[in-house]
Amino acid sequence: MSTSTDYEYKPQTSTGRIANFVDTRVGMSPIVKEFGRKIFPDHWSFMFGEVALYTFVILLLSGTFLALWFDPSMASMEYEGSYVPMQGVEMSAAYVSSLDISFDIRGGLFLRQLHHWSALVFAASVSVHMLRVFFTGAFRRPRELNWLVGVGLFLLAIVAGFTGYSLPDDVLSGNGLRIADAILKAIPIVGAYLSMFLFGGEFPGHDIIPRLYIIHVLLIPAAILGLIVVHLFMVVVHKHTQFPGPGRTENNVVGFPVGPVYAAKAGGFFFIVFGIMALLAATTTINAIWNYGPYDPSPVQAGSQPDWYMGFTDGAVRLMPGNWPFSWEWTFWGMSIPFNVLLPMVPIMILFALMAAWPWLERWVTKDDREHHLLDRPRNAPFRTAMGVAGVVFYTVMLVSASGDLIATHFHVSLNDVIYWLRTAYFVGPILGFIITRRICLALQRKDREIVLHGRETGRVQQLPHGEFIEVHEPIDEYKRYRLVAFPDYQVQPAEPNGKGKITGLEKARGRISRWFFEDRVAPVTPAELEAAHHHHEAVTAGTQDKELVR
Amino acid sequence: MVLALLLTGGLYAVATTTNEAKAQTETYTAQDIEEGQKLFLANCSTCHGMEGAGTPSGPSLVGVGAAAVDFQVGTGRMPMQANGPQAPQKAPQFDAEETQQLAAYVATFGAGPGVPEEEYLDVTQGNAANGAKVFLANCAMCHNAAGAGGALTRGKYAPELMGVEENHIYEAMVTGPQNMPVFNDANITPEEKRDVITYLKTLETNPSPGGFSLGSLGPVSEGLFVWTIGLAVIIGFTVWLTSRSA
Amino acid sequence: MGSHSDGTPHQSGTVATTGTTEMERFPDPGLPPHRPRLTDVESKAAKRAERQVSLLFLISILGSVMFFVGYFGVRVEGPLYDVTNPTATDALRLQNLLLGLGIALAMFGIGIGVVHWARTLMPDHELVESRHAVRTEEQRADAQSILTTVYDESGIKRRPLLRNTLIGAAVVAPLPFIGLLKDLGPTNLDPLKETLWDEGVRLVRDPSGTPIKASDVTLGSTFHVVPENLNELSHHEGYLDEKAKAVVLLMRLDPESVNVSPDRADWNVDGIFAYSKVCTHVGCPVALYEQQTHHLLCPCHQSTFDLTNECEVIFGPAARPLPQLPITVDADGYLVARSDFHEPVGPTYSQRGTHVEEMQGEAN
Repeated sequence: MSTSTDYEYKPQTSTGRIANFVDTRVGMSPIVKEFGRKIFPDHWSFMFGEVALYTFVILLLSGTFLALWFDPSMASMEYEGSYVPMQGVEMSAAYVSSLDISFDIRGGLFLRQLHHWSALVFAASVSVHMLRVFFTGAFRRPRELNWLVGVGLFLLAIVAGFTGYSLPDDVLSGNGLRIADAILKAIPIVGAYLSMFLFGGEFPGHDIIPRLYIIHVLLIPAAILGLIVVHLFMVVVHKHTQFPGPGRTENNVVGFPVGPVYAAKAGGFFFIVFGIMALLAATTTINAIWNYGPYDPSPVQAGSQPDWYMGFTDGAVRLMPGNWPFSWEWTFWGMSIPFNVLLPMVPIMILFALMAAWPWLERWVTKDDREHHLLDRPRNAPFRTAMGVAGVVFYTVMLVSASGDLIATHFHVSLNDVIYWLRTAYFVGPILGFIITRRICLALQRKDREIVLHGRETGRVQQLPHGEFIEVHEPIDEYKRYRLVAFPDYQVQPAEPNGKGKITGLEKARGRISRWFFEDRVAPVTPAELEAAHHHHEAVTAGTQDKELVR
Repeated sequence: MVLALLLTGGLYAVATTTNEAKAQTETYTAQDIEEGQKLFLANCSTCHGMEGAGTPSGPSLVGVGAAAVDFQVGTGRMPMQANGPQAPQKAPQFDAEETQQLAAYVATFGAGPGVPEEEYLDVTQGNAANGAKVFLANCAMCHNAAGAGGALTRGKYAPELMGVEENHIYEAMVTGPQNMPVFNDANITPEEKRDVITYLKTLETNPSPGGFSLGSLGPVSEGLFVWTIGLAVIIGFTVWLTSRSA
Repeated sequence: MGSHSDGTPHQSGTVATTGTTEMERFPDPGLPPHRPRLTDVESKAAKRAERQVSLLFLISILGSVMFFVGYFGVRVEGPLYDVTNPTATDALRLQNLLLGLGIALAMFGIGIGVVHWARTLMPDHELVESRHAVRTEEQRADAQSILTTVYDESGIKRRPLLRNTLIGAAVVAPLPFIGLLKDLGPTNLDPLKETLWDEGVRLVRDPSGTPIKASDVTLGSTFHVVPENLNELSHHEGYLDEKAKAVVLLMRLDPESVNVSPDRADWNVDGIFAYSKVCTHVGCPVALYEQQTHHLLCPCHQSTFDLTNECEVIFGPAARPLPQLPITVDADGYLVARSDFHEPVGPTYSQRGTHVEEMQGEAN
């Protein structure tokens, strides 16, 4: 029921009249009140999620344009377009339309390149954003569910890319489909049936491209859009996290208001991202399908790799030996099981499961169930940063393995040696990564302590009256200092008995992990320690320097 | 069985002449052969034997033909400078005349493919579309779809094909240097070889319409580009955007 | 928070401590004082910034114009990728560049302009907003009582028959939609056992389709082969499906260097061998033949097969050797198959072992 005041407001301008009309029908005012000056914290590392969102929008736009000309059909026809080396060749309509878009439709090549470059950057920005959230601990309560939504978006981005680059039906992506078919076939009992179902019969059949098309243009974008809505809704509900610093607490958000500053920066950034993508599409060739030729099961090219976000799967299967030290194809109960194909998938699934479950794993180990809105600098959570780096190293070894043959030709080394080295790195790399990263984090934390206690090294050397040379250190101001000391002090949580007074095996394991993670730790500087350090300084130095307050 | 053996053996002997049918009709002079022998003895016989019959260090050159010499010596692969998985291309040690003399001499070891005739190297007579088909079916698996080269096992490789002379392309196909298979004229006819050369020259003459080709190496270089230059540009903008103005 | 050594379950929202007192911490000094920017104090600087932003917007307009110059101004005429005349390709490359640069400038102009405007001219005071709880205890209690009311009024609790039959219906209702998917593809796996190869089928070159004489196959050569009856199929009739199983590599080796098992003695013709080109790992064409080492290399994952030992796997992820096609020569000297393969070609699937038995049973 409207009150009498609704009808009393008389706008003065025509814009005011239109806005008032909409407002009285839709109820915009409360929304403007709630969101118009909402505060968003500002840090460059927070922008990767935006890059992902914007490249997705560009994908939707460029994809719609491409869909106006692309023909997702495997019906066979002769090419009659401008590109001489394919003239008269029999190929699918999908490939014909892809060549037409590239060569005979103005702006078509630009649109194809814009779409494909944006896809690569979309997957990359989703990954970098995910890593940022991980390494700063932004997945902690209350954001665990949003983390899962993010993992879902990460996986959907990969599927979107795979289905997308398979659509032109060229030899390179067609061999990728062949590999996908074989991996499906490898699944025990149902594999061959799944393969028949997906391809509508034997490979390649006539159904796979139209089916991938509807998955790529309808089902996956709808799922991604839905998850994006949930993802952003939760960011609004929880508000964005922020790095610790002066004036920033667990109970506030410090930053700039949506209107006008944040909207201008975020909105402007959309155009900047678009500009970068357009620049790439204007200047650098991507997916030159005309070189690969239309899909045929006979040809193949040296240097056959999938797009980068699928590379880790390609690398994983390259690393697995098939016939060493024994054949990895075994027979169980009359079934042929190719473990050489299936086994590489297991560590990948474990990696992703660990990734998805990490918020709960960390909560279990640290017994920390508080809400966290202040982020961790990666160095201040050495256990998490080191585990994350171990995971990244594992992933990267697989990714790099996908280009083993190109490494061999580029660096003039033996292909087989490259594989041997990478097989070793597969196991040793994550362990080394963990150890080295943790040491680096602890060292950086100690450096922070040094700066708080003794100030910044100025590079000015002074000789004291009694002959000693010292380097003058400049103490930091309280704002800078607060940034270096405001971090949680993670400590070991030893095993404790449960309600019945018993220490379960699981709890013992947790205690051991807690000790492994947190035994080596660097605590933040306390005021008392700073006092002690000052007394020490005064005993050493004779005079004082101008203490500049530096921000 | 014996009959079959005789038949195939006889056919085999005929087969080697199938290449010669299209060989260059240029005749080498006795002078060429004599000079070639001097060059051979000084530069090749250590590994290939005094009469090209081979040694533990180098294979027999009997029957390799003038084509093999024109290719190997003309691209600088031979004389081989150091041992390795394969002989790399380098600056040729001999000029055209010396190469011809060596070819003339080696051709005397036994019947083998000759230097191709000009008409089979003329790209204006070739069909790029057929060439693309033949290339993609027979060559791309080692040399990459755009002729950018590729890896073989144990340090061997198939080299890049851009910037290679027409006659050298033909000769490599017909002689099968080192681990490259032999594509004799019965497998890929001289006309088809010309089509392949036409296709390769098409790739060489025309720029990539999309811009920088990144070496025509496909998704790997594209992904690397995104993660290095692409990410650097994006991060550059994000740091600028969130920084304080002066 | 406090120690939990008494064994009480820890409250949600707290962190367990080890019983040590929390260390004294530096107090929060509050927001640092605002430092004005040049554009805040100097009106000349502000005016300059304003001009810069406007210039960027103008550049954007220029960019959009550049797009149309490329779109209408560049003529891409003639055959593309002509071997002697790259004019058309050059034109296409130029057009792509102008179209793309135009759009890029149009976008950059707006984006950098707006961001520059925000950074230099809009207020850069940091503001503070408080967070609120995701949910208060009052909200929770209210929600709980509402849900209890809804549950009671629905009557499900008092009527288990109603509930159980509803659950039954709900579980079964999606099944028809899953059932609809059955016709996605056939369930007959027999085609995996068969290829077009059969007794007397000639080996022909791919792509030209011409038959191959044994004498054509010289030492060191390799032929990419398909069965002659493949070219009778149209694409609509399954040409690619059959080709995907039937592709074969043909090579001649020196018979002395090859180990031939007794039951395959007549599968080669005087050192000419034919093997399936479909990799037994995950199906790529195994097309790289290393003439001197007699190795076949698959470019996808580098599985390496040794031709002198019936294509045994010597490196890489393949676990099974390539199937061999038994061949012989016909009366005219052309190479023909003796029969189909004796095992399914390509990657492994569960039923493959059974299929091998069936196929080898038929062959005997």
